[in-house]
Amino acid sequence: MFRYAVRRLIFAVPTLLVISFIIFALLDLAPSDPTAQLPLTIPEEVREMIKLSLGLGEPFHIRYVRWLEQFLVNEPLNLIETYWDVRIGDSEQRLRVRSWSTRAPVIDLIAERLPQTLMVVGVSYMVAILIAVPIGVVSAYRQYSIFDQVGTFISMVGFSVPTFFTGTVLIVIFSVMLGWLPSIYDTTHVVEDFDSFIVQVKQMIMPVMVLGLFNAAQLSRFMRSSMLDNLNQEYVRTARAKGMTEPVVVLIHVLRNSMIPVITVIALGLPATFAGAIITEQIFRINGVGQLLIGAIESADIPTVQTVTFIFAILIVMFNLVADLLYGMLDPRIRYD
Amino acid sequence: MTDALAPERAAARHRSLWLDVWLQFRTHRGALVGVVVFGLIVVGVLFGPLIHDVDPQYLDYKSKNQGMSWAHPMGTDNLGRDMFAQVLAGGRTSLAVGVTAMALSLTLGTFVGVMAGFFRPLEGPLMRFTDLFLALPILPLLLVIIMLFRDPLRTAFGPEIGIFILIVFVIGITSWMQTARIVRGEVLAIKEREFVLAARSIGTRPHRIILRHLFPNVLSPIMVSATLGVAQAIITESALSFLGLGFPSDFPTWGRLLYDGVPFLNLTPDRVIWPGLAISLTVLSVNYMGDGLRDALDPRIRGR
Repeated sequence: MFRYAVRRLIFAVPTLLVISFIIFALLDLAPSDPTAQLPLTIPEEVREMIKLSLGLGEPFHIRYVRWLEQFLVNEPLNLIETYWDVRIGDSEQRLRVRSWSTRAPVIDLIAERLPQTLMVVGVSYMVAILIAVPIGVVSAYRQYSIFDQVGTFISMVGFSVPTFFTGTVLIVIFSVMLGWLPSIYDTTHVVEDFDSFIVQVKQMIMPVMVLGLFNAAQLSRFMRSSMLDNLNQEYVRTARAKGMTEPVVVLIHVLRNSMIPVITVIALGLPATFAGAIITEQIFRINGVGQLLIGAIESADIPTVQTVTFIFAILIVMFNLVADLLYGMLDPRIRYD
Repeated sequence: MTDALAPERAAARHRSLWLDVWLQFRTHRGALVGVVVFGLIVVGVLFGPLIHDVDPQYLDYKSKNQGMSWAHPMGTDNLGRDMFAQVLAGGRTSLAVGVTAMALSLTLGTFVGVMAGFFRPLEGPLMRFTDLFLALPILPLLLVIIMLFRDPLRTAFGPEIGIFILIVFVIGITSWMQTARIVRGEVLAIKEREFVLAARSIGTRPHRIILRHLFPNVLSPIMVSATLGVAQAIITESALSFLGLGFPSDFPTWGRLLYDGVPFLNLTPDRVIWPGLAISLTVLSVNYMGDGLRDALDPRIRGR
């Protein structure tokens, strides 16, 4: 198991390198000019100097290696320095990945926006799991019952209706018509007492629900089919024959075994939820990482786009690995060695 | 006795594969409703403009921001354009994008899948390549590609065709991986069967084996991916348009209409509801069709 994990980790490195190269090459192919947004009165020589100061003077492969160095060596060193308050080498001279539009280090920009995104993604994923698991269990246990049919229909609707439509409909109903919930997520809001906590809950309900219900729809279908696979197994009959009560059989024996594939699906789905948050953040005006990406794309801020996209890629590769390892750990029949 | 009767009975019960599939498909109520709804949407979008012959781009400032009426069944937008005509026109584009992007991704996926399954030496590299694509962050990359290549393509092919080609191309090349994996799995199983061995033993060339013997047998998973692919492509396209990086306002799709309607949520909420409903109904009906098709094409379920 440990050897397998190490092997997979080592294999993940070239994958990520290739992905980072693809992203970098793609962005470099682009015929976009970082100085195009600047006033036309700036003379050509100054434009050239601005480009040089942005690091555009070097050939492609050197810029790529420099970016790799900045992202993989300098940024982690910097993180260690600020976290443990130590100095490693010449930290003033160390180059960091800087945004072209704000000239701030990209990692700092991401760190500013990450809490909002994590909050919405995390809470909505929890909500999705809490909704999906009971629905999946009941609709599998009572297969073809009215609950099952309604549940299947709703989950079908849930993942057919795109989040940007459910989001706007919720805004129409709860913000425009009823006026109960704010349509804009205020990230400067600080929770200090009960009242401000209520305000926070109110502004989180809609984004969390939009993202959560979409995920719950998919998860509940997995949960249902996984439960159905297990309910017909012989160990279930044995447990019943031993005289165990139905709750024990279903909730302890069957549920635990059915959770194995569902947990891997949960791990695999997490990066996709971050991508889904790009859209949710756009609907509810949450200034999270997704909005940072959209803003950077619109203003052709290549270093920010490159870094954020690569972080998404890291998430995907990492959670694929986590899913495979979890599967091996939870299911004793799976042995990787 | 039984031998004598057998040919007759076989003739009486002669059923083709596709009749069987259709009989099984008919028992799936959701799939039938899906076919009807999807058919209505397609017919409405194709022939609706013949009946409701208002120019979707005609500006009528005097009747802007109207609600539903007989003249404008879905109201008008802030420039006085008729929403119903726009939704019909947008539907043509959305469906065209969905179908062409699906066709592209299916062609790619099937090609990679068959190659990886049939030719041993190609399997490793092609499947690593597929895994690599699966690890790419698709939505950010789509946004990046569109941002970067929108303007060059629009100058090269004209504003409408340029963006159409771009969107179809990017959706197509980022969604073929699942098809490739499924097809490869099927091909791996089928190429070990006796009829392929028989074909090989009489000297059939590889490309004949693929086209004649393998391809018809992997058709059913491909068809299921095709239906689900249309739904996925429509959703992706409208998500891109919703983020402002898809089709332009003067060449709208359902996603773009929705995006344009969001700033006017307070004033005319139906501007968001109708295009959104159109997307949702289309995707829902296509997904149900895919569900029914999957059951109908599965020989273990069929005939039970």
